[in-house]
Amino acid sequence: MTTPVLSVRNLTVEIPTRAGLLKPVDGISYDIAAGEILGVVGESGAGKSMTGNAVIGLLDRPARIASGEIHVNGRRIDRLSRKELRRSRGKEIGMIFQDPLTSLNPLLTIGDQLTETISEHLDVSDGEAKARAIHALEEVGIPAARDRIDAYPHQFSGGMRQRVVIALALCAEPSLVIADEPTTALDVSVQAQITALLKRLCRERGMAVMLVTHDMGVIAETADRVAVMYAGRLAELGPVRDVITAPMHPYTDGLMQATPDASEGATRLRQIPGAMPRLGSLPPGCAFNPRCPYTQDRCCQDPPPTRDVTDGRAACWFPLTEHAAIPA
Amino acid sequence: MLAYIIRRVFQSLLVLLVVGLVAFSLFRYVGDPIDSLLGQERTIADIDRVRESLGLNDPFVVQYYNFLANAVQGDFGISYRQSRPVAEIIAERAPATLELAAVSALFAIGLGIALGVFTAIRRRGIAANVIMSASLIGVSLPTFLIGILLIYVFSVELDWLPSFGRGQVTDLGWWTTGLLTASGREAIILPAITLGLYQMTLIMRLVRSEMLEVLRQDYIRFARARGLRERAINFRHALKNTLVPVITVTGLQLGAIIAFAIITETVFQWPGVGLLFINAIQFVDIPVMAAYLMLISVMFVGINLIVDLLYFAVDPRLRIEGRNT
Repeated sequence: MTTPVLSVRNLTVEIPTRAGLLKPVDGISYDIAAGEILGVVGESGAGKSMTGNAVIGLLDRPARIASGEIHVNGRRIDRLSRKELRRSRGKEIGMIFQDPLTSLNPLLTIGDQLTETISEHLDVSDGEAKARAIHALEEVGIPAARDRIDAYPHQFSGGMRQRVVIALALCAEPSLVIADEPTTALDVSVQAQITALLKRLCRERGMAVMLVTHDMGVIAETADRVAVMYAGRLAELGPVRDVITAPMHPYTDGLMQATPDASEGATRLRQIPGAMPRLGSLPPGCAFNPRCPYTQDRCCQDPPPTRDVTDGRAACWFPLTEHAAIPA
Repeated sequence: MLAYIIRRVFQSLLVLLVVGLVAFSLFRYVGDPIDSLLGQERTIADIDRVRESLGLNDPFVVQYYNFLANAVQGDFGISYRQSRPVAEIIAERAPATLELAAVSALFAIGLGIALGVFTAIRRRGIAANVIMSASLIGVSLPTFLIGILLIYVFSVELDWLPSFGRGQVTDLGWWTTGLLTASGREAIILPAITLGLYQMTLIMRLVRSEMLEVLRQDYIRFARARGLRERAINFRHALKNTLVPVITVTGLQLGAIIAFAIITETVFQWPGVGLLFINAIQFVDIPVMAAYLMLISVMFVGINLIVDLLYFAVDPRLRIEGRNT
């Protein structure tokens, strides 16, 4: 097997607080191959964004990577110096943020923001940088890119701004892109355009994409594989179709039940009872045990097995396919 | 945008009219000018004659109009005390004040922004914390006390810098400057620091808090995620975004620097309009006071107009032209 573009092994992020050590990301492992989109889903506070920030090295203090390894294109990056890490940001790893209205500097033209990024990472002349900037805008579907390069962010609509953000994140041609809720702040119709754009760019350029979202619909449409996170841990990881049609982790199952499905008509959505526990007061054993309909003694004692990410799927003592075999 | 400028100029003129009214009322109603002109030994006939010749019998509106018409032409009447045209006296004194104000404004803006950025970027550092604590002194000590302390340390104890006056002055015809001679430059240091210290600390604290706010913004995070250098992020992306509030406050403070030069000029016996004004108050020299009032208001209004125009230069969102979403 070829080297995956991103390889995360046993990544743990810690936040020291007065009340003790919190672990918003706790021992997660996954790979993303070139041309592949990995969707990362979970509730707010499940550690999705924190994982992305850890990979690109933008954790806000006092959060820090406590253990584990992150490899990008076979190179370990979690031990790099600040300077080396800065150089790899933008060039190796691009990041797209949630809100296109606030991700662009309002006082600089989009051309300025593009060319400064290109000039920072690639050894090109000013003219070449500008040509590349125009090309980058064309690639993300900005009409009349040549004329609009001197426009300011406020002169674009929300969807167009997110295209500009994508162009900015990709203009130095990174091989890995972390998209942190790239469509959450957009209209539904624009969402579809943006996810289609991401998918196209991923395929064309052979980029690895980590798509962080809480929208199962976006995952179903866009991602190749999906990682479900719960309370900082990986609950389930597998190909999108399998996870959606036959979830193995009771939490994933709960998430799917809570997602509206237009084909089913107006059935009442089922919700997962309770709320995700606070990081400071995780129950022993499986973090999902207080809310899980299938909890047994073992779930409250031992943490569930984290099987090898490549074949194993659910971190659960009693995965759902096995429940299905047992008549209720 | 042109319409905006015209509107702002119009508003400025309105403000000046109101200030003119106050200045005129000073003239007209703070005591009877006849008293100071004719003294105790006067006849009814004298009073009537002078009243008529000064136009004091005209209706209020006509008098106000005449006052404004004269003021626009730079004629503020004759100083009671010096018996010379007020405009001439002020023109003589203005360069000293403006030079002092300009130097202390440069000091306040330059050092204020530099220290503000520094303390924001290294906000956990020891140096930044020392500067922040020291800046409390600048904010809390009154100007005259700072001036006296500076004189005590640098003039009396160390004997490095002069404690009063303007030093050697070069006459350029329409302008006198102290900046071309060594003694003039030495003389301006202490008053400029005294005058600008409060503004400097104010600008520094403002820049710092604005920077801290801006550095939390998404676009700064995104700039980091694109691998830009810290210097580009701090100065190109962050500092520029702090400028609108900084320009607002700086503009107002520039006016304050000119207006509060009164105290500094008194402490350092600086021969500017502020000192002139203090002396005018002592001798109830109303034409000088009125002219000073007008002069300061013209400067305030002018600076505010410039500040408003600077917003357009800094923030493209305010420019209406070329909006084509």
